[in-house]
Amino acid sequence: MLSHGMKQTGSVSLHHLQGVILALLNPWVAVGILLLLAFFASYMNALSWADLTYVLPATSLGYVLLALVAKFALHEQISLLRWLGIVLISGGVGFVAGGEASTSHARHQSPFAEDEKDGTAESEVASAASGGAQR
Amino acid sequence: MKHLYTWSGILIVVFFSVMGDILIARAMKKVGDVHELWDRCGLWTVVGKVLSRTSFFLGVMAMAVAFFSLLFALSWGDVSLVAPAAASLTFIGNAFAAKIFLHEKVDRRRWIAALLVAAGVALLAG
Repeated sequence: MLSHGMKQTGSVSLHHLQGVILALLNPWVAVGILLLLAFFASYMNALSWADLTYVLPATSLGYVLLALVAKFALHEQISLLRWLGIVLISGGVGFVAGGEASTSHARHQSPFAEDEKDGTAESEVASAASGGAQR
Repeated sequence: MKHLYTWSGILIVVFFSVMGDILIARAMKKVGDVHELWDRCGLWTVVGKVLSRTSFFLGVMAMAVAFFSLLFALSWGDVSLVAPAAASLTFIGNAFAAKIFLHEKVDRRRWIAALLVAAGVALLAG
């Protein structure tokens, strides 16, 4: 959407700063920026409860989605190599989605997550583990 | 000489985007589960907590630097090399950095995922 809008407004140069304002008023650019902000907010929300190495592969599904939109909405050709890329990304995301979402919270405690909530979480895990051992 | 410029540009982009991701992830880990916090204290507490983290601002700044250095790198090298190389190396760099700085347990499953995604992104963005 951003690229669509920027192509509509034409090139922006430092000497024509009113061009920047014009670009911001273009609805495509404005909606594109809003969507980017929404992406960033949900990305940060995901990071608050999951590992970076869990969230990041998942965001790469955006590349796959982009390619599929280009194929079905814009009728662009997708080469064999790109299909291979789509398969690789999907496979990688499937791999990481099979594991647990957060490793740094409980068992493997991060030194950065040092509030009291983590302490209770760790003791819960410990008691659950000992309970499991008794059974 | 041109190759040297291009690859150092790519490495600078990767360095700053990894730094941005790590700092923001670290800020969000310190804030804690946003959903839970929102339920307990409301949206504005969440926003305030996020904005009061220095690492959040440093992360956003690092991401901005990464964006502008990408523009520079694009002027030094071809788009078909710089864009996919920077994107896919960021995934691998993030796996290393998350292990070192965030102490995430990057097991074999996650390494394979990072490599697969990096290869896929390189193919798609190229």
